[in-house]
Amino acid sequence: MPVKTEEMILNMGPQHPSTHGVLRLELLLEGEIIKGVKPHIGYLHRCFEKHAEAMTYPQVIPYVDRLDYLSSMYNEFGYVTAVEKLLGIEVPQRVEYIRVIMGELQRIASHLVAIGTYGADLGAFTPFLFAFRDREKILSLFEITCGARLLYNYIWIGGLSHDLHPDFVRLAREFIPYFRPKIKEMNDLLSYNKIFVERTANVGILPPETAINFGVSGPNLRGSGLKWDLRRNDPYSVYDKFDFNIPVGEGRMGTVGDCWDRYFVRILEMEESLKIIEQALDQLPEGDVTSAIPKRVKPPIGQVYARVENPRGELGYFIISDGSVNPFRVKVRAPSFISLSVMDELCRGHMIADVIAILGSIDIVLGEIDR
Amino acid sequence: MIYDFLLKLTGSEIAAGFIQSLLPLFVFILPFALIAVLLERKVSAHMQDRLGPMRVGYHGIFQTVADILKLMQKEDIVTDNSDKALFNIAPVLVFTGSYAAFAAIPFSGAFIGSNIDLGLFFIVAVSGLVVAGILMAGWASNNKYTLLGAMRSAAQVISYEIPTILVIITIVMITGTLNLYTLSELQTGHFWNWMIFGGPSTGLIKVAFIPFMIIGFVIIYISTLAEVNRTPFDIPEAESELVSGYHTEYSGMKFAMFFLAEYANMFAVSAIVAAVFFGGYQSPFGYLGNSLGISWFIPIEQFFWFTFKGIFFVLVQMWLRWTLPRLRVDQLMALCWKYLIPIAFVNLLIVGLITVF
Amino acid sequence: MREYFNNIWLGLTTVFIGMNVTFKHLFKPAVTIQYPDVKLLLPERERNRLYVNMDDCIGCDQCARACPVSCISIETVKSLPTDDLGKTSNGKKKALWLTKFDIDIAKCCYCQLCVFPCPTECIYMTDVFEFSEYKRENLLYSFVTLTPDEIAEKKNNFEKAEAEKSAQKAAAAAKKAEGQAAPKENKPSAEKPEDKKE
Repeated sequence: MPVKTEEMILNMGPQHPSTHGVLRLELLLEGEIIKGVKPHIGYLHRCFEKHAEAMTYPQVIPYVDRLDYLSSMYNEFGYVTAVEKLLGIEVPQRVEYIRVIMGELQRIASHLVAIGTYGADLGAFTPFLFAFRDREKILSLFEITCGARLLYNYIWIGGLSHDLHPDFVRLAREFIPYFRPKIKEMNDLLSYNKIFVERTANVGILPPETAINFGVSGPNLRGSGLKWDLRRNDPYSVYDKFDFNIPVGEGRMGTVGDCWDRYFVRILEMEESLKIIEQALDQLPEGDVTSAIPKRVKPPIGQVYARVENPRGELGYFIISDGSVNPFRVKVRAPSFISLSVMDELCRGHMIADVIAILGSIDIVLGEIDR
Repeated sequence: MIYDFLLKLTGSEIAAGFIQSLLPLFVFILPFALIAVLLERKVSAHMQDRLGPMRVGYHGIFQTVADILKLMQKEDIVTDNSDKALFNIAPVLVFTGSYAAFAAIPFSGAFIGSNIDLGLFFIVAVSGLVVAGILMAGWASNNKYTLLGAMRSAAQVISYEIPTILVIITIVMITGTLNLYTLSELQTGHFWNWMIFGGPSTGLIKVAFIPFMIIGFVIIYISTLAEVNRTPFDIPEAESELVSGYHTEYSGMKFAMFFLAEYANMFAVSAIVAAVFFGGYQSPFGYLGNSLGISWFIPIEQFFWFTFKGIFFVLVQMWLRWTLPRLRVDQLMALCWKYLIPIAFVNLLIVGLITVF
Repeated sequence: MREYFNNIWLGLTTVFIGMNVTFKHLFKPAVTIQYPDVKLLLPERERNRLYVNMDDCIGCDQCARACPVSCISIETVKSLPTDDLGKTSNGKKKALWLTKFDIDIAKCCYCQLCVFPCPTECIYMTDVFEFSEYKRENLLYSFVTLTPDEIAEKKNNFEKAEAEKSAQKAAAAAKKAEGQAAPKENKPSAEKPEDKKE
């Protein structure tokens, strides 16, 4: 009989600086080597899906904001796409363009948080503050448009709550040349830093097959080398009118699908988002943004599933309508939730410090996981 | 010199020794820690496009004083299942370790706590006490995070003493002394007499030394960085992994002791680097006191240069800290055993050969 | 072997590149502000504390219905035909006494859904964001302009009117049933308050 050493169980969280919210990871350790990871979720459960059943369709939007609080715009985008599909209403072109602009700005903001906090997780605090400094600029753009910085309630069923602020286009155009050098700065400071590369390359490798089997989507899937982006593969809104690349992980620093690839895909995606915003600002048509908003949202009996490419992956809404003003059921397919389920697979055999690196690289938001 | 003066003043050897041993603490370590903490916060803030503390005094210069006052008022929490005796001793031991190192540090030609022949060796040896304190703290807290932090710290500090010592041996081979006073005196004159520029040797040998001295300096700087647990080697504290490592459970003044020890240590290792490679307390351009003919001014100048050099290296430590991410524990070991130690060995060998010729 | 030296080279150069970046930032002006001393100018669409202009409120309850967190609670009393409540600024005639208009700002989620349905644009979000309180009860804002006495009076009036109405209805019903007997029944009830006064 082989000699068995004692394994240690370490609770990481719910009060832990690097679990990105209130996540509890139960680590089974042998020394510092991980034998297994069990994520315990639910510390932030707010009964979103049950709440939604008691709300009218427009009233759900503020709740949707609070799912993934780092990409509220995109959550709204997904939700209204689903409801509009259910209602069968056509949305003015201007609205679609503004939605895309806002969504892409939100994608940059969200990726900035992901990148910044990833740096902070690995001990580099300065990139974190640089990222937040630039994110503030985007939030200010949102603020002049709808008055809120984080939870917007801006994209409404059939339209938008406000038209763009007169200054918005100018400020957004100014933001693009401001932000491009900042990406380079971030690369100099963090991405190509030898220590950072050592910490992330060849760590937490997610092979494409595993990623597909778990249903991982978004930058995490693309980090594994798969070119799958709903904006391109299943275009919604006006995404088919823009020219942009889909960056994928290439294993430049190690193996395809490691933490560095997942991280770097986000950096590249920010550039692509800038491109989309530039094009959308050029093509922005005139029009009334509130004309198509229905007075009373009362969809016919039926069900619908709509999905959008959220900064974290495929965000899907499944809505069942019983013909009343309240949805009968709103189910959210949360990309973070699915990404989190790969944790155990990714962490085995690595060290405690790698758990932080892996958790940071899959970029979860607990608000969305717990709902 | 200061000892003689104190002896005259008090008339008792014990009193003079006692006062002299307390001098660095009150004259130097405490004010330095206060300034260094503020400096750290200000430097980090400005690197990150922030302002840092701005409320207490002009640009927050009294912030650390306010912090110390706050820490003194705080409740001293001792967790229920901790080993009370060890828990209480640990911060004292950690501080003792870093404080004892100051005994042999030559602040100026006139003030060395204890001018022992094994000065360098003594500093390296007593720094080992810090490990014991950290291990104690980690174990006594009865917390898995602190234990992990303490284990990492012990492994790290012990491994990184090897490259430090190897580099010190390189220097000792050239100078033939472990006495920091003698070592500093050897590097007197102008800055080209510093060890980093080949020391007091002359001619071709001096030129031949320079690249290896620079390599030695880089190695000793990296390894001392690791010894004082600063980023990128702050693995024992690693606030994003181990909450705050071995001092997670400490609060109030005990926490302040760890903090003080950390900053005292930062200066101590910077002082060693300065003393070994950068002429210690020697001025780079000759003394004002000499040219003006006031000899009593020279020690003051020396003290200034020494603190200047020390604080400069502390600043570089801070600069590194706010730039770099953190290594993983196995990479840290790999860096030490695969890179620093072999290079230090080769360096030692080559410098040895050069000295022979 | 090549990798070994490459690692050393990369390790040193990338560290210096990073240090260069942070060093440059050391001398850049800060982007933060000293908040309570310096305040940013908030944009005009800022969504913060709710405010209700009670002069314009007609008590239609639309905002309360739109609110997803039910933080607005409104109670109204019908006015008497003789009461003059005035008009709102956009010309709507008021017909209800507002006896309760409470906003629990602690519950509010600042979604602005209450602002849009308001027919008189009397509820809106201001740019005031510093309204923290030590007690949660203090965050229950009451916008009613009437004093408690007045509220009691209005309620009383309304009940009286209601009672009169129902009495009239009853009387009318009685009239239909009994013809001229009804007015006599009404008189004793009117005399009752006089009894109490004595």
